[in-house]
Amino acid sequence: MRIRLVDVQQSVLKKNVTLAERLRERFGRSGTFVVNLLSSPGAGKTTLLEETLRRLAPELRAAALVGDQATDNDARRLARAGVPVKQITTGAECRLDAEMVTEALRGWRDERELDLLAIENVGNLICPAEYDLGEDLRVVLFSVTEGEDKPLKYPLAFHTAHVALVTKLDLAEAVAFDRDRALENIERVHPGIPVVELSARTGDGVDRWLDFLAGARRAKAGPLAGARP
Amino acid sequence: MHEAAIAYAIVEQVDERPNAAPNEVVRAVHVRIGALSSVVPDALHFAWELAAQGTSLEGAALVVEHVPLTIACSPCGRTRVVDGAPIPVCPICGTPSAEIVGGRELDIVRLEVWDAHPAG
Repeated sequence: MRIRLVDVQQSVLKKNVTLAERLRERFGRSGTFVVNLLSSPGAGKTTLLEETLRRLAPELRAAALVGDQATDNDARRLARAGVPVKQITTGAECRLDAEMVTEALRGWRDERELDLLAIENVGNLICPAEYDLGEDLRVVLFSVTEGEDKPLKYPLAFHTAHVALVTKLDLAEAVAFDRDRALENIERVHPGIPVVELSARTGDGVDRWLDFLAGARRAKAGPLAGARP
Repeated sequence: MHEAAIAYAIVEQVDERPNAAPNEVVRAVHVRIGALSSVVPDALHFAWELAAQGTSLEGAALVVEHVPLTIACSPCGRTRVVDGAPIPVCPICGTPSAEIVGGRELDIVRLEVWDAHPAG
């Protein structure tokens, strides 16, 4: 028996990389700004997104995709914000991938009619970090109740994100949240990453987040694009 | 679940490789897994056996090469390997580093194959 070695040298995620690039091109052509939200379960993705979409819906044509392993509770909550919402039930999969996003858009929304597509990933900080969804902005959220060392436990999620949001600020005192240590830990895994601290419940810091989002959209679209015709 | 999805993706890509020679049998698949990928090798091996079942890769070995986190440290002016927890901070000078040089790999590197002679 003669053994031969066959060189392969390709990413395990090659298919996802290809599909994500295709999505990014489509969103680039349509001028759709795409946000991918990552966090552990219960960090407040849905609450923040509901508030974000509710505030932006009057000015922007927005829609949301929501990944969940089993229930559609989050999608039903988001629908209250007054934008189209589609649930992606991932079943055994612990994250969304570019194929799921492509399939979800098909026959549902034409991206040319969207200024903003928000994608709420499955609540998990490991798997979603590896999967590009063609997004412009990757947002990682962690709540003050989760402990200050979250960034150190899930470095890839924080390292690949463009912005980190510290949520549930209204509970910081109750849980003796060590703000300095949390910010230092974020800085350790991703030096220079912008951080916004907020509470979607009290509204504290939400304006700063919306300003950041608007700035990121402007940076992608150029000064004139993005405004409603 | 992370490892299962990765194992199935490896099986799918190798099983459907375009340039396989006729009668080629895969004996082993070599993969390179970076420290930042959070892949647990035992879980990946377990998932591999399940994923390979009933495919051309049933019985093939999965050989995992672990790649440590490596960063480019600007104060030190050189690359540094981070042992232990994969936090991109220079182990020598303690500076956090935005530049990751190695440790994000999730790659199929090579296959060991042999040619089964057609019966008769």
